[in-house]
Amino acid sequence: MQVFSFLNDVFLKMTWLSDLMRWVVSGIGLDIQSQLGASLHFFLYDTVKIFILLSVLIFGVSYIQSFFPPERTRKILGRYKGISANILGALLGTITPFCSCSSIPLFIGFTSAGLPIGVTFSFLISSPLVDLASVILLASIFNWKIAFAYVAVGVILAVVSGTIISKFKMEDQVADFVFRKSSMPEMELEVLSIKDRIRISTESVKEIIYKVWLYVLIGVGIGALIHNVIPESFITALLGNDKWYSVPLATLVGVPMYADIFGTLPIAEALVSKGVGIGTALAFMMAVTALSLPSIVMLKKVIKNKLLIVFVSIVVLGIMIIGVLFNSFGMYLL
Amino acid sequence: MIIKVLGSGCNNCVKLEENAKIAAKELGLDAEFIKVKDMEGISSYGIMRTPGLVVDEKVVSYGRVLDVNQIKELLKK
Repeated sequence: MQVFSFLNDVFLKMTWLSDLMRWVVSGIGLDIQSQLGASLHFFLYDTVKIFILLSVLIFGVSYIQSFFPPERTRKILGRYKGISANILGALLGTITPFCSCSSIPLFIGFTSAGLPIGVTFSFLISSPLVDLASVILLASIFNWKIAFAYVAVGVILAVVSGTIISKFKMEDQVADFVFRKSSMPEMELEVLSIKDRIRISTESVKEIIYKVWLYVLIGVGIGALIHNVIPESFITALLGNDKWYSVPLATLVGVPMYADIFGTLPIAEALVSKGVGIGTALAFMMAVTALSLPSIVMLKKVIKNKLLIVFVSIVVLGIMIIGVLFNSFGMYLL
Repeated sequence: MIIKVLGSGCNNCVKLEENAKIAAKELGLDAEFIKVKDMEGISSYGIMRTPGLVVDEKVVSYGRVLDVNQIKELLKK
């Protein structure tokens, strides 16, 4: 157990980095207790930590993901029916590589191959919400219990939402051209060597860092402000645990925002340190990553309004329920 | 030769098209470039990952931003 907590401190929490940054901040003559010093420390420590973890994690995750391209996922999912297909869809969503600009071709690819739309939605919900990299970052910033609880509720949300959508039988709510069979034969998957997988993983580290670095900096910046500048009384007045509206508010603010989970984590971290409930912070994170204005606009091109409204309301409601549950039982996790 | 780049206009698609143009130029090919941005058009080629590269109506690559040399290899075939 001691070995585990040592490794956890060194590689995940990076306590040495916190000490190093404390040394840097005092080195340039700032008091670590002062508002500016503490903000700067939070900013430096979190930025460097997130970028180190990100690079290592994305490499590892991309390597695993290279075994599960969407073409293979589609084939696997086609063999299952009912709720087991939804569960598998949600689980595969956690490991299938997927960027938001691919979500529509993916939706079309799944649906036109005859997968039920409920299963496709289970996949579409879990894919941005839960991925391996975010789990490890959550463990680094909070702890392992919260990380596992987050994965569990994320997958459950994806399964339940997908199942409900299946029950509504809304196959007619999909744009007509989706069902028009493509004239192309199904493509064969390329065979990858270890060297190819390493190359692909390195490419995706570069690509993802390039895509998210700004969100991370903005997220950490906001986190640093919350952490040290904005008065605690102000934050708890809005989002305090005793306010019934804290979870709905955090969720509704998060929904239209477009950001990566890596950018929202430091904000959640700072909120929790200021006395905001863990459920409220997680609800905000989930709302930002699962739904966003750009993704809703894109989905609108392939599904009709009724299904879009059902999808958004189920996910929003689910996130709020999860937030309230975490606020009620979260003290057992912290 | 007609080269189509499939993708909704994200960074990756722009980069792939740039690389493909350089590749065609270096090989001295007379290629016409067409961007396919609408979802209906992209999905008609049956790909699930963008960006896609289509040479004379045949999908030669998808889901990857190939570099100039990789595209040259594909164009030589």
